[in-house]
Amino acid sequence: MKALAAIFARELRLAARAKAEWLMPPLFFVIVVTVFSFGTRPNDPQLAAFAPAVLWVGALLAALLSLERLYRTDQEDGTLEQLLVSRTALSFAVFVKGLAHWLLSGLPIVLLAAPLGLMLGLAPPHLGPLVLGLALGTPCLSFIGGFVAALTVGLPRGGALLPVLVLPLIVPVVIFGAGSVRAAQQGLDAGAPLYFLAAILTLTLTLLPWLAAAALRNAFE
Amino acid sequence: MNWTWFHRLGSPPSFYRFAGRLAPWLGGLGLLLLAYGWYAGLVLAPPDYQQKDAFRIIYVHVPAAAVSLSLYVLMALAGAVALIWRMKLAEAVMVATAPVGASFTALALVTGMLWGKPMWGAYWVWDARLTAELVLLFLYCGVIGLNAAFDDARAGARACALLAIVGLVNVPIVHFSVEWWNSLHQGSTILKFGKPAISADMAWPLYAGLLATYCLCGHAILRRAQNELLLRERNTRWVRELATELGGGARVS
Repeated sequence: MKALAAIFARELRLAARAKAEWLMPPLFFVIVVTVFSFGTRPNDPQLAAFAPAVLWVGALLAALLSLERLYRTDQEDGTLEQLLVSRTALSFAVFVKGLAHWLLSGLPIVLLAAPLGLMLGLAPPHLGPLVLGLALGTPCLSFIGGFVAALTVGLPRGGALLPVLVLPLIVPVVIFGAGSVRAAQQGLDAGAPLYFLAAILTLTLTLLPWLAAAALRNAFE
Repeated sequence: MNWTWFHRLGSPPSFYRFAGRLAPWLGGLGLLLLAYGWYAGLVLAPPDYQQKDAFRIIYVHVPAAAVSLSLYVLMALAGAVALIWRMKLAEAVMVATAPVGASFTALALVTGMLWGKPMWGAYWVWDARLTAELVLLFLYCGVIGLNAAFDDARAGARACALLAIVGLVNVPIVHFSVEWWNSLHQGSTILKFGKPAISADMAWPLYAGLLATYCLCGHAILRRAQNELLLRERNTRWVRELATELGGGARVS
């Protein structure tokens, strides 16, 4: 437990020392969303219909931006080997790293989503499903992406491979996340897609750290 | 029960010989069945009462789609065996299955699009079945790409195995998507309980086509697995002996 707390504190301390690194993904998210609206007619009413998709894809791209670094820097400076040989269960260490990643790159996006949603013309009552969906969905991005980052950790060409592997696995999260906002826009119940998201989140939180640990061990054999 | 045959089959040289004997039979049977299935399906079978002659693409589309799912399951199972028992043969089979499965997934998608245009009026609709099948193609491509990125073949195969197992979630989604969601894609015609919803002179060519496609896939996978084994074991004695046996110089490095 102490070791896990130490890993968590280390992640946060590293982030605090390299502010540019964790400030980039939220900034990138804001820029992607605004550039999308530059691409349409000014004040196009259609934009609100596309807002869920734009916000979700923006969140996805922002998460991808920071995922490659999740294990790479640890691998370069030898921290990962220490984790592998330590007595702490590797799957728990992976879980804690995923949690720290979500806190640094997922949570800011959840918080930024509401104002950006308003900018895209989403009606205020529809912001609830958007923010709730992102709050359930961004941890899925961190953990699914963390698993793929673990698969590609030692690879020289891992950088380009990561998004190609992550995106198909993320499709259900995007479908249900954007689907809940669309359901709210059409006056339907946004609950069902959110329950699906919660189910996906439960599965990713319980199963993927274990598989990611197996992938990390494989990379060091 | 005596399991020695199984353990013997697990060793690369004996699998290589076994596959070499089995593959031509599977290939030949597949071609014969395909010839019957296509002739009976494209020429002899009556046109559909509603879709007329356009329904005949079923004889390519359905086998390709069925195989695309089955091969993914095979790939994930081989991956699980490779992870659990560290079997070299399972790694080779998994790596060999991925390109075959990807090709049939692409074929199922393309024939589906060609069928969709006259029937639905659109090549592509964002429908659960179509989208899930497209994701299946991406998953196959991911496995191929991941495997290619590794220099160490064994570590690459095990990483692919993990990815394939995670992607297995998609298989039931593809299969049941037509029942779970309101879909433009029609439900299953033959793979269901009770009487098939298709007349016999249309159904038999389809069964033949399905069996033929499975045989041809088996042929392709066995041949690919043989090549994969030769490549991975190129420094072992049995491959060198095989090379000299076949008259090649012993210049395998």
